[in-house]
Amino acid sequence: MPSEPKGKYTNSALRAGDQDPYPQRLVGEFIGTVVSNRSVNDEYKHLILDVHEHALNAYAGQMFHLLCPSPDDEEVWMRRPMSVYRVDRQAGQVEFLYKVEGRGTRGIATLAPGDDFNLAGPLGVGFKLQQGWNNIVVLGRGVGLATLAPLSQLAAERGIGVTAILSARNPAVVMSKELFEGLGARTITVVDSDGSSAIENVEKIIEALIAEGKADAFFTCGSNRLLKLMQRLGKKHNIPGQVAMEQIMVCGFGACYVCMRTFEVDGQRVLRRVCRDGPVFNMQEAVGW
Amino acid sequence: MVDLSVKIGDITLQNPVTPASGAFSWEYNDVIDLNRLGGLVAKTICREPRLGNPTPRMAETEGGIIQSIGLPGKGIEYFVAHIVPEYAKFKPPLIVSVSSESIEDFAALAAELSVPDVDVIEANISCPTRNSTGGNFAMHEGYTRDCIQAMRAKTKKPLWVKLSPNAGDIVSIAKAAEDAGADCLVIANTFLSLKIRTDNFRPALGNKFGGLVSPALKPIILRMVYQVAKVVKIPIVGIGGVTKAEDVVEYMLAGASAVGVGYAGFRNPTALITIIEDLAAWCNERGIKKVAELIGAVRDQDMEKDPLVAASAGV
Ligand SMILES: Cc1cc2nc3c(=O)[nH]c(=O)nc-3n(C[C@H](O)[C@H](O)[C@H](O)COP(=O)(O)OP(=O)(O)OC[C@H]3O[C@@H](n4cnc5c(N)ncnc54)[C@H](O)[C@@H]3O)c2cc1C
Ligand SMILES: Cc1cc2nc3c(=O)[nH]c(=O)nc-3n(C[C@H](O)[C@H](O)[C@H](O)COP(=O)(O)O)c2cc1C
Repeated sequence: MPSEPKGKYTNSALRAGDQDPYPQRLVGEFIGTVVSNRSVNDEYKHLILDVHEHALNAYAGQMFHLLCPSPDDEEVWMRRPMSVYRVDRQAGQVEFLYKVEGRGTRGIATLAPGDDFNLAGPLGVGFKLQQGWNNIVVLGRGVGLATLAPLSQLAAERGIGVTAILSARNPAVVMSKELFEGLGARTITVVDSDGSSAIENVEKIIEALIAEGKADAFFTCGSNRLLKLMQRLGKKHNIPGQVAMEQIMVCGFGACYVCMRTFEVDGQRVLRRVCRDGPVFNMQEAVGW
Repeated sequence: MVDLSVKIGDITLQNPVTPASGAFSWEYNDVIDLNRLGGLVAKTICREPRLGNPTPRMAETEGGIIQSIGLPGKGIEYFVAHIVPEYAKFKPPLIVSVSSESIEDFAALAAELSVPDVDVIEANISCPTRNSTGGNFAMHEGYTRDCIQAMRAKTKKPLWVKLSPNAGDIVSIAKAAEDAGADCLVIANTFLSLKIRTDNFRPALGNKFGGLVSPALKPIILRMVYQVAKVVKIPIVGIGGVTKAEDVVEYMLAGASAVGVGYAGFRNPTALITIIEDLAAWCNERGIKKVAELIGAVRDQDMEKDPLVAASAGV
């Protein structure tokens, strides 16, 4: 299946092994090759791509902007942003975990091993782990966990302990548990089906981690309720935090001012670009939705 | 090897491929070498700092995207002090787009933008979501003349004027801009449009109306470029639906000296470089020595007028 209807016009994009005519660039347009694209559960799929080595510079919290094949023979006009789920430098691969939702992600879901797939990146400011942090708490729900998962890799490389609180509708759709655990993170699963994902319960869990000295910083993505909870606890205990934000996005480079979100900085409300000023922001400055 | 350079008044572009205002910034240097572009075109700047329109600012439609950004920016002072120097790090000429709601302010801004690192001032008198009496002056011949005359009186910089495809008769507006002292016409801005969501009955954009951007619009803008080129003497930059080298050729044949590229750079961040390379290859394959030879070279003089003769020719 041709995933590049106008492939002729992307001949400046780099395939694995291509010589880079402009190696000082921070970001590239790449044509990756699909290695696998399997369902993780009813809603989520896991995409693995062979890519040009320049694309492997991606770190946790950064994203790629994906040129989605069409699911219906009509053009998908805009790229779709996706956090990098995992980078395997040895294998020369980047991975994405995505929820099959609208036309763009339904198009990605049609990719089969061997297909070309055009991606631009790595883009944006990702997660930053500071000196002096020994233990962090990661709290996420749904697809937000795809964004948070590579944090555990980053933390493991720095010898920082991770507690990941994974929230989901029911135990069958809990995501990334193995990935977090494989990297040495401790995971706590909370679900709607037994009520354990209720805010009061999650708050108790986090308060216990704070008491144990396991919460030098907070990280979240994907849920307004969880963001507000972490903001409140962060303020109360003076714990810094970072949040990855989402918005409909067009250019990915900071040029078009489409992907704006509201932040509160020193008592003043301002707009920032998710693609370039973020997608990871100071948690206390984010304004929930 | 083909010479890709083109002249627009006193300005020489090393090739006819420039970005379109609002769809580009110096930040694209992360992904392409900006020194290879024909020109650098900054996002339209206004006097006051502006947040822009409520989100969502973009929606997909069957044939393209509609967008309404609302000219966000940090204002003219910040622009001159901090953004012009970002562009000045690169070699291609800097084209600065400017907008206002009044003619007096347009003129004052032209004076304030006449600083050494600005090579061209582009009057965006065609922002489709501005009022026709409040900045979208390209809807009217008279407002266009008054606005460009006022700007001309305040600046010696090359003055380019971006026209609106929403005006009834773009040819007379183009003529008015030329008479008022424009050095080049940029044709055109986006088509005013609307999308309504059938799931919640709401307009898809926070600003309700937006500008339609689509490769399907190219034939319409191309027609406008062709018609205007027949009546004005000043050069034209064609903007609308350029995604490949052949589109540049087509605009040049119709009478444009250069093109602007917006959407294609969203779809493929390296598109402008691809288009420049493909254009050189296209010319070289055909033995074209200077790309400027293509300007206005459409063969429309000796077209067969007799339908009986035309229909007896091969297809
Ligand atoms: C920085 C960033 C990282 C992301 N990482 C991931 C990820 O790792 N995995 C993943 O599955 N998704 C991720 N997303 C969300 C993903 O971009 C959207 O789900 C996707 O664009 C929807 O496209 P679609 O064509 O399938 O759906 P559409 O038909 O375009 O939209 C379906 C629904 O998703 C909403 N939507 C559209 N674009 C976005 C967007 N950019 N962000 C949030 N919601 C959107 C729409 O409003 C609509 O309700 C990320 C978004 C951002 C901004
Ligand atoms: C996101 C976006 C923002 C734009 N902002 C401006 C702007 O600030 N000033 C302007 O003159 N045109 C603006 N335009 C219009 C473009 O410059 C151009 O005229 C239009 O996109 C058509 O070209 P294209 O078909 O190559 O995209 C904008 C277009 C887009 C898509």
